[in-house]
Amino acid sequence: MYECLPVPFGLVRFGVAPDHPDVKNCQDKFEQVASSPRFNFIGNIAIGKDLPLANLRPHYNAITFAYGATKDRKLGISSEDRLKGIYSARDFVGWYNGLPEHQALAPDLELGEEAVIIGQGNVALDVARTLLSHVDGLRKTDMTDQALNTLSKSRVKRVRVIGRRGPMQASFTIKEVRELLNLPSVSFEPIDPALFPPNATKLPRTPKRLTQLLVKGSSTPALQARKSWSLDFFLSPTSFNASNATPCTLSSLTFLRNEVKGPDIFASSATVSPTTSEILYPTSLAFRSIGYKSEAIEGMKDLGIDFDERRGIIPNDLHGRITSLSEDGTGIPGLYCSGWVKRGPAGVIANTMEDAFDTAESIAKDWENKEPFMAGTNGWDALQEDAATKNLRPVSWDNWKRIDVAEKKRGKAKGKEREKFTSIPDMLAVLD
Amino acid sequence: MHGHLTPPKPDEELNVTFIDKEGEEHNFQVAQGDNLLDIAQSEELEMEGACGGSCACSTCHVIVESDDMFEKMDEPDDDENDMLDLAFGLTETSRLGCQVKMSKALDGLRVKLPSMTRNLQASDFSGAKKS
Repeated sequence: MYECLPVPFGLVRFGVAPDHPDVKNCQDKFEQVASSPRFNFIGNIAIGKDLPLANLRPHYNAITFAYGATKDRKLGISSEDRLKGIYSARDFVGWYNGLPEHQALAPDLELGEEAVIIGQGNVALDVARTLLSHVDGLRKTDMTDQALNTLSKSRVKRVRVIGRRGPMQASFTIKEVRELLNLPSVSFEPIDPALFPPNATKLPRTPKRLTQLLVKGSSTPALQARKSWSLDFFLSPTSFNASNATPCTLSSLTFLRNEVKGPDIFASSATVSPTTSEILYPTSLAFRSIGYKSEAIEGMKDLGIDFDERRGIIPNDLHGRITSLSEDGTGIPGLYCSGWVKRGPAGVIANTMEDAFDTAESIAKDWENKEPFMAGTNGWDALQEDAATKNLRPVSWDNWKRIDVAEKKRGKAKGKEREKFTSIPDMLAVLD
Repeated sequence: MHGHLTPPKPDEELNVTFIDKEGEEHNFQVAQGDNLLDIAQSEELEMEGACGGSCACSTCHVIVESDDMFEKMDEPDDDENDMLDLAFGLTETSRLGCQVKMSKALDGLRVKLPSMTRNLQASDFSGAKKS
């Protein structure tokens, strides 16, 4: 298993919210897998950058791409990248989780009391919860000290989580909504009952329970609340507006109201179209949270892979066998994919797990059926020399365990589960 | 994790049957208080418990075979129901294995392990919907 960082676990370490430690328990399972003598972790080597993909090919029977979605989708609105105060939710989550590439983000949470989050998935709700939670409740988690310090100075009091469609189409899941509604001293602005189907009790179980929860709302009265939040529906952003006084700083967002179309406006697949009615929300802080996006690894073309830029996935037969677009969907021997780069960036750990089983089953079946594979068998043994001549510093599983111990030790001193190293040199320094 | 459950005392054994994805039945005699996830894992059945039995995922989903038995159980709490909402092949008698503890009332319980292998549809690739 090649990993570009010196540490394993990807999104479980850098994406799952610090206040969801139970979700991270799947790391125990990963530890079990890693303890197999047939498993080899090679960290701190970025395939496609440090080692060309083409160099791997002669040395393995099969390669599975399971590198997820490393970018986020953009709104495509002018000044989205220019104004101070606009952040990608993905970068923000990476920042508070200690992902080295986002440590310089320095989000300014002291500009004003309002925050707007564009998007209504679970990442959007994670960001909202982080902004609304009392920082002392997060101090025992593995959120970085830097992030805790920034959050402790936050002036944000009011968070709007804004969606293009309605509550029956939102992609957040009920657990994340319930957590927000249960936050102490945080109130929730009631949702217009007209946005829910009139006979909610007849809905299927999952939308019914979510509807009931959203209608019930929070038990904290607005007057007693320290902070508040709302879910705002049927709005699409059209511009980020700069402040007159400081032209490089966000001061408001303009949205167009959408209207819902279709025979069943409450169906999860219902679509919307913009009206001409505008609404302006003053805010100095906005987060873009409309989904993640996978990208191709350099050199994939040389292996015959036509990355599907539009869908952001590697073309495959739905069971992880990579297919070539140009040759009528024939499989490419020995190449597989799994997870978000196979299915697209949606779903919880259960989905990704099932997906991994599905790809593993494909590989095992192909092997049993004597389908063609690649010819190499020496794997890392053959590539080590290559890595050495390039002055790469591979990190083994035992090396990671030493980093793990060091992080836990740093955390213990502060009453935290762990204090992560937030730069690659700091991680590697443990091994010197 | 494997095989560390305390064996039941003589005359206090409770029967539980797991029906796996292939339809094969596995019967065990267990002690009061054992939960279905721990039982399945200690017997090396194919049941995941990705979050370690902390009700934070839906990978230990089981389907209770009879409505009567389902009714005898303590009602699932909000946290369990929230996770079940994300489970594949959710039924009226679905539970999370980690939350069901064996008791005298549940002696003879039969649960099915849902088939994990779901045929992926083209809609799984749209990226918009969370299942």
